[in-house]
Amino acid sequence: MTLRCLWIAPLLWLLLSAGAWGKPFVPPSDGTILEQLPNRPTDPAARETRRLRDLWQKHPEDLTVAVQLARHYYQQALGEGDPRPVGYAQATLARWWGLPEPPGEVLLLRAFLGQYRHDFGGALADLDKLLRREPDHPEAQSLRAAIHLVQARYDEAAADCRGLGVRGAPLMAQACSLTVAALTGQARPSYRALAGALATRPEASKEQKLWILTRLGEIAQRLGEERLAENHYRQALALGIRDVFLLAAYADLLLDQGRAAETASLLKDGRRADVLLLRLALAEQALSRPQAAESRDALAARFHEARLRGDALHQQEEARFTLYLLGQPLAALRLAEANWRVQREPRDARILLEAALAARQPAAAQPVLDWLSRWGNEEPRLRQLAEQLGKLPR
Amino acid sequence: MIRLLLAGACLLAGFAAHAHKPSDSYLAFRVAGGEVTGQWDIALRDLDFVLGLDTNGDGAITWGELRSRHDAVAAYALSRLSVHSGAALCPLRVTDHLVDHHSDGTYAVLKLAARCPDAPQILSLDYRLLFDVDPQHKGLLRLERGERTLTGIFSPEQPRQNFNLASAGRLATFLDYGGHGVWHIWIGFDHVLFLLALLLPAVLMRGPGGWVGAQRFRPAFWEVLKVVTAFTVAHSLTLTLAALEWVQIPSRLAESLIAASVVLAALNNLFPVFREGRWVVAFGFGLLHGFGFASVLSDLGLPKGALLLALVGFNLGVEIGQLAIVAAFLPLAYGLRNSGLYKIGVFRLGSLAIALLALIWLAERVFNWKIISP
Repeated sequence: MTLRCLWIAPLLWLLLSAGAWGKPFVPPSDGTILEQLPNRPTDPAARETRRLRDLWQKHPEDLTVAVQLARHYYQQALGEGDPRPVGYAQATLARWWGLPEPPGEVLLLRAFLGQYRHDFGGALADLDKLLRREPDHPEAQSLRAAIHLVQARYDEAAADCRGLGVRGAPLMAQACSLTVAALTGQARPSYRALAGALATRPEASKEQKLWILTRLGEIAQRLGEERLAENHYRQALALGIRDVFLLAAYADLLLDQGRAAETASLLKDGRRADVLLLRLALAEQALSRPQAAESRDALAARFHEARLRGDALHQQEEARFTLYLLGQPLAALRLAEANWRVQREPRDARILLEAALAARQPAAAQPVLDWLSRWGNEEPRLRQLAEQLGKLPR
Repeated sequence: MIRLLLAGACLLAGFAAHAHKPSDSYLAFRVAGGEVTGQWDIALRDLDFVLGLDTNGDGAITWGELRSRHDAVAAYALSRLSVHSGAALCPLRVTDHLVDHHSDGTYAVLKLAARCPDAPQILSLDYRLLFDVDPQHKGLLRLERGERTLTGIFSPEQPRQNFNLASAGRLATFLDYGGHGVWHIWIGFDHVLFLLALLLPAVLMRGPGGWVGAQRFRPAFWEVLKVVTAFTVAHSLTLTLAALEWVQIPSRLAESLIAASVVLAALNNLFPVFREGRWVVAFGFGLLHGFGFASVLSDLGLPKGALLLALVGFNLGVEIGQLAIVAAFLPLAYGLRNSGLYKIGVFRLGSLAIALLALIWLAERVFNWKIISP
C-alpha cells in the first residue's frame, strides 16, 4: 500500500519524537571530546570526594561518615549546578532515608534535598519534626525561613528568623528578618537597616556578604533604585564567588534597562544553567544575534526533557521563555499560574502579571493582585502592571 | 565550618539552582513478532560516575576513552536491564555503540536486540540502572509495536513494569481495527474507484441508441446491492485467507493486479464486454482486492490473542466505509441519471479518467516507478 494508515498519532508520540531522540552517530576520531567533566580526578575537590567515598564504602553503617559524604555531595551540586550529586547524597543515606523517625542529621539533609527538588511540603514536614526535637536548630530554622519566604508565608518566615536569632549567626538572623520585612510593606527602612548591618560587620564571611549584597540589590531593584541595585550586584560579583542567583538577578536588571549586550557578556559562560541560558537567550534575541535560535532550541529541549521525566522545576523560567521567546501568551499564562501555586516570590508575581496582560486575561492574575494588596507591596513595576490589568475588560 | 556554610548557602542558593535536569536515560524499543530491537541512551556523566571513563585524568571524555570501555559499558548496562515476554526471558545483547547529544550533555547510545520465544503479549521490563547510586535517576521508555506507542517512566519506586501489547481490551481492539478498516477504504482510492467504476452504470440501461437512465429505482438498487455484496464477500474471503496466512501472494503482484482490475472495470463501461452480471466481475476482482486489504492489516500487525476479533473488526470497518460511499453515490446518480452531465460527464469521462489514473498506478506498481504516488 502506498498510502499508510496513520490515523492514530497519539500526542505523546509526537511529544516524545520531537526532541528527546536525535540521530546517533559515530564520532569522527578517537580524539573527539564527547564530554567535559566538572573537574579532573586529580583536582582537590575530586580527591576529597574520593576520600570520603572510600571511607563511606568501608563503613557504610557509620552515620557520621555517611552524613559527611552526603553534605559534600550537596555542596557539590550547589557549586556545579548539576543535580546529580543530590541523588548521590540520597543514596549515601539510603540506610536511614526511608525511616519515619531518622536521626536528626538525616532529617535535615532529607529536607535540604527535598527543597532542592521543590518538594516543599515534604521538606517542611521534616523540618517541623526536627525542630520539635531540637528547637532553634539554626540550619533547620534558616531552611524553613527560606521555604516560607518562597511560599509567601511571611508571618511564619518572620517567626523562623526570630528562632534563628537564638543559636544562629546574629548577622544572618537580622538579615533574614529584614528580608521578610522588605516584602511586607517596609522595603525602604529594611533596605537602610540591612545596608547598615552589613557595613558594621566587615568581618562577615564572603558567603554572608554575597547573600546580603544580593538581597540588597534585589530590594533596591524592586524599589526602582536601579543605580543602587547595580552597585550592590557589582560589589557581590567582586567577591569572586560564582553564584547563579546573583548572575540571574543582575542580568534581569540589565535586561530591564535594555542593556542586552552587557547581559550577553555577563552570562557568556552561563549556558549550562537553564536560569542563565534563559536570560542569555533573551539578550541574544534583543540583539538579533545568530545564536538566538540555537539558545532558544536548547532551552526548548531542556524544558521538554524535564517534562518527560515528570519534573516541573523551572516553570517561572519556562513561562518567561514561552511568553518572550515563543510568543505564546496563553501557554505562558498557564505555566505562570502553575508556578505561582508552588512559589510566590516577586519574580513569580511579575511573570504571572505580564502573562495575564499579554493574554488579556486579567482574572487569571487575581491571586497576585490579592498578594500585592495583602502584603502592601511597594514595587512600582508590579503596581504599574496591576494598573494596566485593571484597565482590561473583565 | 560546614554547618555555618550550609546555613549561609541555604538561604543563599537553596532554590531553583538546577543547572539542568537530574540524570535520565532514554530507552526506545520496537517490538515486531518475537523480535525486540531498540536503543538505550545513557549519559556519559553517569557512566563516568560508576565506571570511571576519564582514563587519562584530563577532565574530558573522548571517543577513544569511551571506545576502550565499550565492553564494560555493555556489561554494566545489560546487568541492569532485563526484558521478559510473560515469564520467559528475552536475552538482550548490545549490537552497536554510538553517541548522541541530549539537552544536558553527550550520551552513549547502545543499540539493543533481544529475541523472545514468542510474540510478547505482555512485555515486562526490569530496569535498575543507577538506582543504587542515584535514586533520583529515571529511565524513560518509549515502546512501539506496529503503530501503537506506549511510554513508561522507571524509578526506584517502579523498577519493574508490564506493558500490555495485546491492546487494551476486546472492545478496544475491535473498535481500533474497525477504525482502521473505515479509514483504509476512505484513503484506499483504488478500491473506491473500482467500486465506482462498477456502480456508475447501475443507474443506466442499455437502450437501442446507447445508454439511457433506468426507469425505476428498484432495479438500480438491486444492481448496486448485488455488486457491493459480491465485492464484499469476495474480498472478505481472501482477506481472511491471507490474514490467517493460508494463502499468500506477493504484495507487488497483488497491487498490480488491483490496478489492472480498476483499468478493466472502467474500460468495460466505455467498451462493454460484460453487459450483464457485473456482480461476477465484482466478485472475481474482489478476490484480488482482499489481498490488498490484507497487506494493510499485516502492516498493522494482528494481536495474537484477538486475531479473529481484529479481523472481523477491520472487515466491518471496510464495509461501513464502503456503504457510506454507496449511500452517497446512489441517490445522487439516480437523480442525475437522465442528464447529459451524468451520461457524458460522469459516466463516460469519469470512466475514462478512472481508467487513465489506474493505468498510471499499474505502470508504477509493475515497474516500481514513482509518477504520481508520494
